[in-house]
Amino acid sequence: MPLFLKTLFKTRGEAIGFIAFLVLVLVIFPLAMPVFRLNLVGKYLSFGFVAIGLVLLWGRCGVLSLGQGVFFGLGGYCMAMFLKLEASDPESTSIQSTPGIPDFMDWNQLTALPWFWEPFKSLPFTILAIFVVPAVVAFIIGWAMFRRKVGGVYFAIITQALALIMSLGIDGNQGYTGGRNGITDLRTLLGWDIRTEDAQYTLYFLCVVLLALTALAAKYIINTRLGRVLVAVRDQEDRVRFSGYDVAIVRTSVFAFAAVLSGIGGAMFVLQVGFMSPSIIGIVPSIEMVIFTAVGGRLSVMGAIIGCLIVNWGKTAFSEAYPDAWLYLMGGTFISVVMFFPNGIAGLAEKFPRIRSLIPASVTERIKGMATKKTTKTVSDGQ
Amino acid sequence: MGDYTAEELQSIFIMQGFSGLSLFSVLLLMGLGLALIFGQMGVINMAHGEFMALGAYTVYLCSNITEQFFPAFTPYYFVITILVAFVVCGLLGAFVEWLLIRHLYHRPLDTLLATWGLSLILQQTYRSIFGAREVSPRLPDWLMGSFTYGDVDIPINGVFVLGLSVIVTGSLVYFIYKSRFGLKLRSTVQNRSMSGAVGINTVKVDRLAFALGCGIAGIAGAAFTTIGSTGPDSGSRYIVDAFLVVVSGGAASLLGTVGSAFGIAQAQSILEFFLEGTKGKVATLLVIVVVLMIRPQGLFPSKVRSH
Repeated sequence: MPLFLKTLFKTRGEAIGFIAFLVLVLVIFPLAMPVFRLNLVGKYLSFGFVAIGLVLLWGRCGVLSLGQGVFFGLGGYCMAMFLKLEASDPESTSIQSTPGIPDFMDWNQLTALPWFWEPFKSLPFTILAIFVVPAVVAFIIGWAMFRRKVGGVYFAIITQALALIMSLGIDGNQGYTGGRNGITDLRTLLGWDIRTEDAQYTLYFLCVVLLALTALAAKYIINTRLGRVLVAVRDQEDRVRFSGYDVAIVRTSVFAFAAVLSGIGGAMFVLQVGFMSPSIIGIVPSIEMVIFTAVGGRLSVMGAIIGCLIVNWGKTAFSEAYPDAWLYLMGGTFISVVMFFPNGIAGLAEKFPRIRSLIPASVTERIKGMATKKTTKTVSDGQ
Repeated sequence: MGDYTAEELQSIFIMQGFSGLSLFSVLLLMGLGLALIFGQMGVINMAHGEFMALGAYTVYLCSNITEQFFPAFTPYYFVITILVAFVVCGLLGAFVEWLLIRHLYHRPLDTLLATWGLSLILQQTYRSIFGAREVSPRLPDWLMGSFTYGDVDIPINGVFVLGLSVIVTGSLVYFIYKSRFGLKLRSTVQNRSMSGAVGINTVKVDRLAFALGCGIAGIAGAAFTTIGSTGPDSGSRYIVDAFLVVVSGGAASLLGTVGSAFGIAQAQSILEFFLEGTKGKVATLLVIVVVLMIRPQGLFPSKVRSH
């Protein structure tokens, strides 16, 4: 393999796994599923961005954030604000007392667009904001905390509080944010109707391609020196510090990077699902994002994506059929993953080759012997 | 605040202050259990709210049983029920520690995830047994009503709950700082292997401490029934607040827990009056988070050296 590919995939198995995943989501799913189901898969995959961020942040760097929903929400709301402004042009909102502003603002007696909505009339600004807003927020939070050596459990609790603040804050300011119902009724992107089947196919493929690129970027980070520094920060923080690295800036950067990924995921979610609301970014969804990652495997990029697909699919399938059993199953899965398979599905898959060691040694010897016999034509009968 | 006269402001503050005291009591009782489990043992118990709900449901069950079989006993049952709630939650806590927590002491972040799974299961169990609707026990008559003091109404249940939390706090402080078990607990926290070497059964200490923390959550649940009705997700509504109480108080400090529970409850209660809806809560939480970013060790950090 060329050197560049070797940096991305440590073993041939990893490369094959990645290609198999691409075939699955790019060829098999679109052929085998109606567009409605495919759209659901796209929705699950938009959580894959968050999961990849968590693999880097939590699995590799040992920082558990229970507030990834905040950044998912920041990215998602940026996208939703742009789409909402486009959907509320003066003609289609002419029945409102103030035409040209989103409907929920009109219901809440707002007569002008709030200042922070203004820039979201421009698509380039929106796309920039999807990247920059989560990054800046995460950087400020991360820098404030990691510089004071706050980590581990404290960080988890504080980020969880942030998720609560964000969802309550959006909930409580209905006129500015759409409140509990969120921003709904999103229609077009630069005049292109995102609700049609064609658009849903296009957006699905866009999501998959972006996710694959993100996965490659994450794999690249993991397999280069930066990835090794991350693991070192997780396992021996003091030694890394004594070696001259700035632990705080490493953690902050990874946190900000994970936040950007979550933001992209949020934007893709909004494009495919067509709304954004506080119920998608609060405490429970934020922890669910951690669950996807844990079930798939907190150390493995591909594992985390698979975890998103499986857990979300299970949620949709089971919670419709047996809503009661679903929470038991979810809770039970979570406990058993944490207790027995801390590295999730990916960890199990890695253990798989070791099944070979269960086969008695004499058998493997004989197989090996047969192989040597064939290739070298030497008979070792002296054994 | 400009629309209120000074006198009105005064009675608003007193009224909201008293309703804040009820919130303070619940947060304090939740926080004490968490501080014990988290501060002393380093375990994050995300299911703590569900233990509180279990305490509340125990009171509800006891109230139904009393009403049906021993109607004459109704005025007194509540006091005994508090003990029952304590014991039930303590037993479940000991079981959970045996089943889950003891395997995860060296992985604190994973206790958080495992207990979150547990909380999902418990919530769904409550939903299956008691239904999704909120329930309230029939409270004895002497808990109803209020004292009137000038133009301020002081609800009796609030005073009762406050008294209860003072008693629990006092007992816990006595228990930890004066009793034989408290000595073992503190020594285990400070140096686990050395405590084991001098003959303290640290496994038993861990289990008892966890059970005690959960039992106090049960008392919190009993207190909660006097000021609100209980649903399957009642506990999870308080869990973030309770964690913030413990963290901002300084994890291992009981005094800090009392102080921060008081501050957070009062701030929330008074701000809720002046800011509509959830804004009071958002403002309080934001202040706590900012304070924690500037002062991560909390208000009253413990003096124990970290290792």
